[in-house]
Amino acid sequence: MGYVPVKGGTQAIDASIKRLKYERLKGNETIEIHTIMSTMRGMIDQVMSESSLYSPFLAALAIKQAEGSMEEAVFLMRAHRSTLPRPYYSKTVEPEAMLVERRISASFKDIPGGQLLGATHDYTHRLLDFDLIGESSESIQQWLNNYQMELQQVETFDEVKYFPKVVDYLREEGLFEKYEENNTAPKDITKQSLQFPSTRSERLQVLTRGQTGAVTSLGYASLRGYGQVHPNVGEVRVGAVPIYVGHPNEMEHDTDEDFYIGDIKVTEVESFVPTQVKNANNEYELQFEIGYGICYGQNETKAIAMSILDQCLEHPEADFPTHDEEFVLLHIDSVESTGFISHLKLPHYVTFQSRLDSVRQVKKEVQEVEN
Amino acid sequence: MKTNTHFAFFDEGSKKEIRRAIMKAVAIPGYQVPFASREMPIARGWGTGGLQITLSIIGKSDVLKVIDQGADESVNAVSIKKLVHETTGVELTEQTNKASVIQSRHRIPEVALTEDQIIVLQVPMPEPLRKVEASEYMTKRMHAEDDYSGVWLMLFEQIMKYGKTATSADHPVYVNGRYVMAPSPIPRFDNSKLHQSEALILLGAGREKKIYAVPPYTNVESLAFEDYPFSVEVFEGKHCHLCGSTDVFLDELIDPETGETIHQCNDTSYCIEQLNKKAEAEVQTSYA
Repeated sequence: MGYVPVKGGTQAIDASIKRLKYERLKGNETIEIHTIMSTMRGMIDQVMSESSLYSPFLAALAIKQAEGSMEEAVFLMRAHRSTLPRPYYSKTVEPEAMLVERRISASFKDIPGGQLLGATHDYTHRLLDFDLIGESSESIQQWLNNYQMELQQVETFDEVKYFPKVVDYLREEGLFEKYEENNTAPKDITKQSLQFPSTRSERLQVLTRGQTGAVTSLGYASLRGYGQVHPNVGEVRVGAVPIYVGHPNEMEHDTDEDFYIGDIKVTEVESFVPTQVKNANNEYELQFEIGYGICYGQNETKAIAMSILDQCLEHPEADFPTHDEEFVLLHIDSVESTGFISHLKLPHYVTFQSRLDSVRQVKKEVQEVEN
Repeated sequence: MKTNTHFAFFDEGSKKEIRRAIMKAVAIPGYQVPFASREMPIARGWGTGGLQITLSIIGKSDVLKVIDQGADESVNAVSIKKLVHETTGVELTEQTNKASVIQSRHRIPEVALTEDQIIVLQVPMPEPLRKVEASEYMTKRMHAEDDYSGVWLMLFEQIMKYGKTATSADHPVYVNGRYVMAPSPIPRFDNSKLHQSEALILLGAGREKKIYAVPPYTNVESLAFEDYPFSVEVFEGKHCHLCGSTDVFLDELIDPETGETIHQCNDTSYCIEQLNKKAEAEVQTSYA
């Protein structure tokens, strides 16, 4: 008689984990964390953004451990995040004070402060560069030296330049409504689960940590036809913003006493979306609203898609799934979606047996009736 | 910058937060309490709700058993057990009656549980009304307003279509005469074990961020009509090919040699216990 083992899972798992390690090591090559940090910028930015944990070092470690799998690296970072207490909340960050590396507007050619292209893949031709196969540290050093020399010939400003927000210019013209600042403390979705209807602070948190592909796809869907938002990119800016925290024990808050704890690189997008509003005479008139997107690192596509979805969710009355907050917010998290999809690989013996029984009983009944 | 993991993985603040949700769940039997579910080192949908409950209630003197679809040695049960053991050092067991905390996926053990035990069930879909209403905002309101017409209609439609209710696992239950609850995908066979259970039953859904409970000695009734009573999976005339048990939930297997369908206890530790009892009896009779 065939023997069906009831034990043995532990050994099988150990062997599987060992095999995984073997797959990572079998090429007998190692990659240094600092190599990942200095060469995999895009990947690190994406991992930090989706895991909502800002640490290039830990992101590089996660990428190494995950053998470059994005979902796995994000998963590792999120799990690590759960072991960390939250001792402080930062002071409000003003992206207006960003040390800008790149800043463009698709709405105005001549924005106050000018367009600053910075580093981007946007204007490259996507042709495989076979020269990279033989790239050596000498050739890198030489290139860097040349670049430094070139920079010396460039005229520089002596002072740090201030880049005003593009939207301020339009606000002065009365094309955007001026709102009172809403300084209600944001809800923290990592401390309290999302409840519906959600607040904007909750929506922005879920969107910014959303899976890049999912956020992009839903944003695209809205733009293409399954939504009512067709924005103009008012401003994309990438750069470092400083983070401050207040003294935890002092009751009186003086902003001069705040502690600077470092800076983070973010991408910020303000999209301009024309909407119809009723004026005082009950007539329709066109006005602009802002869709807002922000995320860790340089993730411009995601930040723009986020700004579209933010605007969509501000208008739940539109009858499209991209305007339905539960549809959007509950399905774009990387750890949640990949987790539940992958759980289908777990054994479902009991549930399937139960389903079989149900189908068999129904069939039996039908046969009895037919006889 | 290697860091040591805290006892039971979480920081104390997180544990307290989860325990508060559990207290509320026990106070309102069958009500789904939202909680800020943490990301765990195992995947969402792989038992993170159950795991978070287990980690937040476990103490150094506890004895833990983990089962997955009835089996102690199933891959995921092993993985969860390993994680809890590595972060707490608690004793592990496969014997149901020795455990003080039992985390289970989709089964309630065959051996009756006692007042000294807590069973933690992993839940994929905590919302029993999700099949009839996609929106969380709406289902929350339906629970509040005691509006369960949708789920009754679902059962009624099954009777109209198939001549009987055609639910499989996760057949909805009424808890304490108030909340309709998803018992997690346990087979209908296990539903009766929820009723007046001596052990505290905690249910955790990590991805959906809900915790709910059936406190000891609570009435739990499977949804059914008077003329179409609730029925469980049938294993008539079948027995476990290893230990011979008949009144248990059986897995259906194919004998690789004969190609015939055979059955085996789904609860592996129960099966081994029965086999041990038999062996013991045999030894005793042969030496008597």
